[in-house]
Amino acid sequence: MVFAILQRLAQMVFVMVGISMLVFLIFFATPGVDPAARIAGRNASPEVLEAVRISFGFDQPFYIQYLTMMQKIFVTGDLTSFVNRGWKVVPAVLDTIPVTLSLVFGAAVLWVVFSVIIGVVAAACRDRWPDKLLMILGLIGISMPVYWLGEVMNLLTQSRFKDTWFLGWVPPLGYVPFSESPKGWFLALVIPWITLSILYIGLYARVLRASITEALQEDYIRTARAKGLSETRILLVHALRTSLIAFVTLFGLDFGALVGGSALLTEVVFGLQGVGKLTYDALQNLDLPVIMTTVLYASFFVVMANAVVDVVYILLDPRVRSA
Amino acid sequence: MILSVRDLKVSFNTEAGLVRVLDGVSFDVAEGEILGIVGESGSGKTVTMLAVMALIADLNARIEGSIRFRGRELVGLPAREIRQLRGRDMAMIFQDPMTALTPVYTIGWQIAEQVLAHRKVTRRAAWDRAIDLLAEVGIPRPEEAVHRYPHQLSGGMRQRAVIAMALTCNPALLVADEPTTALDVTVQAQILDLLRNLQAKHGSAIVFITHDLGVMAELADRIMVMYAGRIVERAPADALFADPRHPYTLALLDSIPPLEGPRPHRLQAIEGAPPSPLFRPRGCAFAPRCRSAFAACAQVPALRGAGHEVACHLEPGT
Repeated sequence: MVFAILQRLAQMVFVMVGISMLVFLIFFATPGVDPAARIAGRNASPEVLEAVRISFGFDQPFYIQYLTMMQKIFVTGDLTSFVNRGWKVVPAVLDTIPVTLSLVFGAAVLWVVFSVIIGVVAAACRDRWPDKLLMILGLIGISMPVYWLGEVMNLLTQSRFKDTWFLGWVPPLGYVPFSESPKGWFLALVIPWITLSILYIGLYARVLRASITEALQEDYIRTARAKGLSETRILLVHALRTSLIAFVTLFGLDFGALVGGSALLTEVVFGLQGVGKLTYDALQNLDLPVIMTTVLYASFFVVMANAVVDVVYILLDPRVRSA
Repeated sequence: MILSVRDLKVSFNTEAGLVRVLDGVSFDVAEGEILGIVGESGSGKTVTMLAVMALIADLNARIEGSIRFRGRELVGLPAREIRQLRGRDMAMIFQDPMTALTPVYTIGWQIAEQVLAHRKVTRRAAWDRAIDLLAEVGIPRPEEAVHRYPHQLSGGMRQRAVIAMALTCNPALLVADEPTTALDVTVQAQILDLLRNLQAKHGSAIVFITHDLGVMAELADRIMVMYAGRIVERAPADALFADPRHPYTLALLDSIPPLEGPRPHRLQAIEGAPPSPLFRPRGCAFAPRCRSAFAACAQVPALRGAGHEVACHLEPGT
């Protein structure tokens, strides 16, 4: 067990070092790109360029620059932005993490609960009308782009139904920290949660239905029937349980990616200052320290999510335990 | 009679129309008897017993006829009531122990689940019963084995666990669907011994399905030979082996290598393949492969005789 955890940690460090080097190299070693020229702006005189170069430490060898940056992120925590000099990057990223985590976590709860319910109901009524209806709804959910759905939601909640009993409770766009007001936090995030989760509910419900339907063809289901168990018990305790393995794999990947910044579109549409939004803004003006920090953070979460998935696998599938 | 089946017909609605897989099968199983059902793949032997257990889940299946279990009609009985019988009064052992157990639960859990489904007992008691059952089917150190997952056991041990599960409620009827086919020959013998001993001890009636006549000779009291969804010959085991009458049974026995005498140059195989349920001949289904077929075979022969019944026009007294 201890060994497995150490192995995970080593793997995480390895992934993070690799990713940070890659980002660093893309930024500095792309042919024809001079970071100093980018920072100094167009038509900068050679003197200004030289001053920028020395001031940002670009005159030093790559590995020194890389190590300095890593030191500033992980040890001293005083890495500053290339664009807004003096703006501390690490606290800025740390500030955005609760926003993204709140958004993704809440959406994940919604999509797991609803996709399991829909998947099980559809599998139970397979090839009858409830199944067909649910699967069509799922397909519609998958087909709606999140930025479009988010804008429609905003139109309804912020404009059309703003003063009605129906959607009047929705606060203006933006994030309210949980510590400030749990109720405000919840209300501010309900619509973003629903918007973000709809795609995943559709996708996961379809995946789960398919794997339950497949599991129901297995011999052990026939054994369970021969034992005289009820259909509900067979479906939930035998078929659903063995079908969760594919579900969990998918969940780990999606959850990690979303926390790592893939919830960008939802964050932008709902004015949430999350990790995705921060990365997006940094990419706009090629602010390497911010990009580097958010990318490292994202890779940390992807590896973490995979580690959690592996642990859940062990809980779900005894065959993995002995291997 | 513990089980009496009359004129059982099973058909499936398919795109090609209604396909009759089982065509008028009638038989009885007496209390404590071992009835063997032999036949090639697709002869309907498994479908017969799945129909008895009401385990044909296909919505396109149509089951007609009568199945009486201890005098109670099972055809048309609500699913709820059949479920109470299944696993308690009649149990089934399946062909492949590798896939017959749910992979994510321990075997103790799976046996206890069945105990709890039929008896009002505590979890503790159900668990103890699981340990007793595993001991009874000859699994070493049962108190450890209950904690094992199916993949941690060998094929033979798994089949023992499946048998233990089937015996949970001392069923009056045990259906064994080729329980030794997927196992090594030595393990096969052990499992057959086990079944025989359990049968002697508990007195359950066993319906044993196989395509292996050797297994049948060792175990069965009476044997029923099936071909293309019908019974073609039925007799006490000794009588069937001593005096096989139906050309199909004869051909089956001919295809077993003899232990004594000169070794045949080639084993006798039955020419052709069993007909698909889609294109069954109008008369005797075996006629196209039969060496003795003649004009009368265009009519379906009835199963006739006393004690030793045969469905063939060659039988005297037609």
